[in-house]
Amino acid sequence: MLVRVALGEAARRGPRLRITGPELDDLAHQAAADALMAITGKLGQFRGESRFTTWAYKFVIFEVSAKIGRHFWRHPAVSLDAEDWERLPGRFGVDPAHQAEWGDLFAALRRAVDSELTARQREVFVAIVLNDVPLDTLVIHLGSSRNAIYQVLFDARRKLRAALAAGGYLGHDSVGRS
Amino acid sequence: MNGWSALDRFLRTDPQDVGCGEAMEMLHVYVELVASGEPAEQRYPGFAAHLQACGPCGEDFEGLLAAIRGRVD
Repeated sequence: MLVRVALGEAARRGPRLRITGPELDDLAHQAAADALMAITGKLGQFRGESRFTTWAYKFVIFEVSAKIGRHFWRHPAVSLDAEDWERLPGRFGVDPAHQAEWGDLFAALRRAVDSELTARQREVFVAIVLNDVPLDTLVIHLGSSRNAIYQVLFDARRKLRAALAAGGYLGHDSVGRS
Repeated sequence: MNGWSALDRFLRTDPQDVGCGEAMEMLHVYVELVASGEPAEQRYPGFAAHLQACGPCGEDFEGLLAAIRGRVD
């Protein structure tokens, strides 16, 4: 059952991942095996808040995510710390032919990245936003957790938005958590 | 969606966002609410805000939802 869920999840994500065939099957089987270990170790934590199978499948999904993150860590499409700022407008869907129109906005964003963010926030922003590194891959690279990296990016987003709003580039947001 | 709105949306943060830790902890409960047609977003707005903002947790949510909708047990 766990293998079937893992294979289904790998197949669901596969087309977007450039992982196919035996490699994808192997990833799914490893994910199912590791999920079984996780489930066995956490059985005492099941509190009956959902069907048991839903709770168990969750660990299969998490393991597929983790295996995919590890795959991209081993086979990165882009260096994790490369800094090609010319890519930034394209990451937000701006057509290269129209990038000049958005030059001021993205120049302001780059200034804010350099002036407002801590070194850690900048590192995470560059990897995830500029280089399109999957968050779960960055988690492995930095030896961190998804929650910690998300929080770093959350705080970076809040700071950047405030800086761009102060400069008149974006409207003001509601107050974010500190 | 143009560059401005995509950037605006990316930088917008929701103070109710529960973060990945709580989302991963309670994902199975939230998914069953959604699958059963319950107003999950209204009951757990911070959870819903997180799933909208966090790509990996959103992907896990979609995967678990697909898994339980396809189950035969």
